[in-house]
Amino acid sequence: MNYRNIGLFSLVAVFLLFVGFTQSWNVAFGLLNFCLISAVMSLGVNIQWGYAGLFSIGTVGFVALGGVAAVVTSMPPVEEAWRTGGPGILTALVTGLVTIVVGSQIWKRLPSGRARNISMIVVLVGGFFLFRSFLDPAVAIIEKINPAGEGYLGGLGLPVIFSWVVGGLFAGGVAWVIGKISLGLRSDYLAIATLGISEIIIAVIKNEDWLTRGVKNVIGIPRPTAYEVDLQKSEAFIANANWIGINVVEASSLYVKISYGILFVIVLGIILWLSEKSLHSPWGRMMRAIRDNEVAAEAMGKDVKKRHLQVFIIGSAVCGIAGAMMTSLDGLMTPQSYQPLRFTFLIWVMVIVGGSGNNWGAVLGGFLMWFFWIEVEPMGHWLLSIITSGIPDGMPIKEHLLKSAAHMRLITMGMILLLTLRFAPKGLIPEK
Amino acid sequence: MDLLNALVALSNYVIVPAIAYGSQLALGALGITLIAGVLRFSNFAHGETMAFGTMIVILVTWWFKSLGISIYPLPTALLALPFGIIGCIAMVLLTDKFVYKFYRKAKSSPVVLVMASLGVTFIMNGIIRFIIGPGDQRFADGVRFLLKPKDFKIMTGLNEGLAIKLTQCITLVTAIIIVTALFWFLNKTRTGKSMRAFSDNEDLALLSGINPERVVAITWVFVAILATVAGTLYGIDKTFKPFTYFQLLLPMFAAAVVGGLGNPVGAIVGAFVVSFSEISLTYAYKKFLTYLLPSDLAPSSLVQLISTDYKFAVSFIILVLVLLFRPTGLFKGPST
Repeated sequence: MNYRNIGLFSLVAVFLLFVGFTQSWNVAFGLLNFCLISAVMSLGVNIQWGYAGLFSIGTVGFVALGGVAAVVTSMPPVEEAWRTGGPGILTALVTGLVTIVVGSQIWKRLPSGRARNISMIVVLVGGFFLFRSFLDPAVAIIEKINPAGEGYLGGLGLPVIFSWVVGGLFAGGVAWVIGKISLGLRSDYLAIATLGISEIIIAVIKNEDWLTRGVKNVIGIPRPTAYEVDLQKSEAFIANANWIGINVVEASSLYVKISYGILFVIVLGIILWLSEKSLHSPWGRMMRAIRDNEVAAEAMGKDVKKRHLQVFIIGSAVCGIAGAMMTSLDGLMTPQSYQPLRFTFLIWVMVIVGGSGNNWGAVLGGFLMWFFWIEVEPMGHWLLSIITSGIPDGMPIKEHLLKSAAHMRLITMGMILLLTLRFAPKGLIPEK
Repeated sequence: MDLLNALVALSNYVIVPAIAYGSQLALGALGITLIAGVLRFSNFAHGETMAFGTMIVILVTWWFKSLGISIYPLPTALLALPFGIIGCIAMVLLTDKFVYKFYRKAKSSPVVLVMASLGVTFIMNGIIRFIIGPGDQRFADGVRFLLKPKDFKIMTGLNEGLAIKLTQCITLVTAIIIVTALFWFLNKTRTGKSMRAFSDNEDLALLSGINPERVVAITWVFVAILATVAGTLYGIDKTFKPFTYFQLLLPMFAAAVVGGLGNPVGAIVGAFVVSFSEISLTYAYKKFLTYLLPSDLAPSSLVQLISTDYKFAVSFIILVLVLLFRPTGLFKGPST
């Protein structure tokens, strides 16, 4: 850490303080919490891109898997659904798994030729139909149970904080499968493949209502912190708030935000510490050597494919953790909110702007870009209202321009990405 | 009779739509493959290029409509198409000048160019949403059906109707014209030959005195034409929505990769492979089987292999299978 980097981080702090003093502290802490989550996500992408040079643009899929983890870990189980449809779902999942294992074993074990191809196709197609024959009736039963509020299996009813770990495991597990298939492709093919995978993950989450209620959303996910309503009833809290001299309602919501913030800082701290340790270990140096010259690394006996798989899983798991954190902060899971432009590309901009290959850079990028992402909209609105101030009210063009201010953020983010790539490709805090 | 009915049902819901969709994809995939061949990177902004061109076409269409100009029974959008193409050409040439040219001169690795194209995607997406909004726009007018299901039933006496939309016909005819013109250009003209030479071997092409900037500019012009036409055809056949165009990227890439990235013929074949697989796997075969099977065997469920929501999975699986087992594509592409 030199003065320049400290200055950059102080700049972020000044921005947040400015929001706190001019708008409200609630907004400032809300921003800070999302900055922390973004920093975790961009650490995850930095592990993939910065350490290993893997061009994976499927972040949104892993973030969404984290959201699924929050639902299936912490929501109370729907017992009727488990009793009536649970066995069917489990049988179907086992059938699917067995099919894939048998299919891949046939591919590996049998000598290549027509016999192998045909038997593998028969196993896969037959398994698919068997899978559907178990799944479809079970899904129909589950989705009929109280569709307005439930209609899904529910979760395990564990404290939501466990879901952060589960989110990492989910994302890591899926990343293992994806990595097995698509790592080793040329860089831009890997990008297309991961983009496609993430679209499929989102499609599954949107459509498999038995899992997370699909587009009907899951609301009321338990929190790891206190609830505002309870705080406002607690006499000790009211007394404390009166002693400090702020409104009880505002104090309760600040208290909740700050407790989330503390949890997030702990998670970010742990992940950042581990990332720094690994980057400056022999493993980290090897990763960077592989990134800079794959052929030479391979000649030195490094198993490039295996290392890539490893780093891909770790990076995806970090994104999954961040996804679970975000869902538990929101308290709800809305599959439609998982937009690739918002999650994948914004996170990439964070990493590039912050400085790819540098963990502190990724954290800084996460803070700075999230701040811009949020603040660009009011700024765009302000800019457009100045531009259109000459146009009389009620003109369609003026209304159209003002209504479109929200889209300014895409343009701004794209400009920031292009300008950074062109004039400061190493980012704000370059790799050492 | 039942066999005929079954075949008509299949043509109505699978074959005809798949041909139209395949032609739209083919035009899109050709654009991607041209950039991959000549500029040597995967252009992630291609969906946005299509959307941009289409947006101009829509705006001009609205303007024509307000003036009362139309070419009934054909959709007004065809009249607006040249304007869209010109706008799109201007846009891609400007992006090339301000964004890609720098990296080309610096001989950056393809990943950097891909990343820059992501930035362009962002900006263009923003501009499109800024101008026309993120919602659905329908702009097809003119006659809707060339062959109405009812007329077909009367004509043939079958139970099943066959509908052929005018837009599907226009799609096919336009696609054939554009593709023929493109291949004529690539194979017969001097400029087209220099483009192919540049794509095959840049150094040799430079040695023989080909001006790379000219080749690149002409490639962009073709990409803009293809993208605008593809986008407009998709828009009049279905509907225009910026996010849908972004999502078209995956099937278009799948098509281009199936045929071998950089190979124009391959891109067309690949597009039809993708469109037929996508539509035939997401079609519910209940009706088809009811006609063919004896009545006691008739299926009770929809017999839909996978839900339409997972149509991207189809292009994805095709993409991955090809990349794993035949990374150069079905037809060997120059750049792998």
